[in-house]
Amino acid sequence: MCLGIPLKIIEIDGKNAVGEANGIKRSIRIDCISDIAIGEYVMVHAGFALEKMSKKDALDTIDAFSEVEKAINADEK
Amino acid sequence: MNNIMLVKEKIKSINELTEKINIMEVCGTHTTAISKFGFRDVLSHNINLISGPGCPVCVTSDVYIDYIYELSLNRDIIITTYGDMIRVPGSSPHITLENAKALGADVRMVYSSMDALKIAANNTNKKVVFIGIGFETTTPYSAVAVRESEKLKLNNFFLLSLHKKVEPVMRTLLEDKTINIDGFLCPGHVAAVIGQKGFEFLQEYNCAGAVAGFEADEIIDGIESIINDIHNKDYTIKNKYERVVRKDGNILAASLIDEFFDTRNDIWRGMGEVKLSGFKLKEAFRAHDIEYIYPIKNYSEEKKSACQCGEVLKGKIKPFECKLFEKVCNPDNPVGPCMVSGEGSCAAYYRYR
Repeated sequence: MCLGIPLKIIEIDGKNAVGEANGIKRSIRIDCISDIAIGEYVMVHAGFALEKMSKKDALDTIDAFSEVEKAINADEK
Repeated sequence: MNNIMLVKEKIKSINELTEKINIMEVCGTHTTAISKFGFRDVLSHNINLISGPGCPVCVTSDVYIDYIYELSLNRDIIITTYGDMIRVPGSSPHITLENAKALGADVRMVYSSMDALKIAANNTNKKVVFIGIGFETTTPYSAVAVRESEKLKLNNFFLLSLHKKVEPVMRTLLEDKTINIDGFLCPGHVAAVIGQKGFEFLQEYNCAGAVAGFEADEIIDGIESIINDIHNKDYTIKNKYERVVRKDGNILAASLIDEFFDTRNDIWRGMGEVKLSGFKLKEAFRAHDIEYIYPIKNYSEEKKSACQCGEVLKGKIKPFECKLFEKVCNPDNPVGPCMVSGEGSCAAYYRYR
């Protein structure tokens, strides 16, 4: 339940936004973020951006997820 | 690679401790992560990691599970819910939303409260009930769904708020002299909402605390911080999840909770009533509160059964100390909520045993 994913904001339309990571886009809500700009990163949880993240922290987490995915795919082969 | 070396170094340093220490986590994701990373096996036995009532699905009273089951059998109602609720048993094993679906109930899993709103917009001839479950982290999302339903005049959208507040149950556990908690690993995303300051109350109990994230290095950082604080008798709350958690939390999210919800006494499954621990919609939003349309009947005491989830949730026994664990109760045949929910203590212990 607590798993959050970092996404980069690529579109904003009022309280709706589109976030992206590793080429996958997702519609999210930004009601809990007071000011956000395209290109910034957020931690997303249950469809809502919960908090802004620095680019470095977000990319570190995205890298970590990619490593896990690679490891899982390697195991399956 | 550097992270792994650092984690190993920290574990080595933590294991030099000789005193016995009880550290409790109250977040289902922490419970799962601690089991997944095998920390109980590599940390010294002096450090007793106790899983507390951190799984919101697990601590929902079976009276409410029965209530949701009955609502779902109403042909005018579509139930929308986050994941694990589908299989949680109520007062009897057959009372689950999964079984209700088999009987023809319209039960839909959603990722976001806003998905439930869309279902309401597309099914105006039905009442769409969103089961709002979770601690302070997800409560704002239910508030937004209610707010938007008012803007869109979706009179068929209803919330059943099962949201709970974490502080009162932590206080209840600290006041239980049979448990003896020396430190709390504080839930990272609850802290994102209520802030590091939301856990300052731990000082009143001379209890150490650290807000922690969910990666292996973050959890070990949190445990190390707690142990150092206990050693130094420093009971100020520490934030080890600074990439997401601010001192004052997310004021927007917290104010959404304040605007839409009152706190009321609430029953935590296996623990009984915890004062002012439940978030319920304010009177102004009664039109979207399903409990006013279909009042819940007879809030009665939970039936006695062999299930020991209550003792597990309070950290009094470990899951494997439950008589039913593995032999009778397992993920394919769960007896109680701690085994059903992916974040339940028993499910975590079973999966990584």
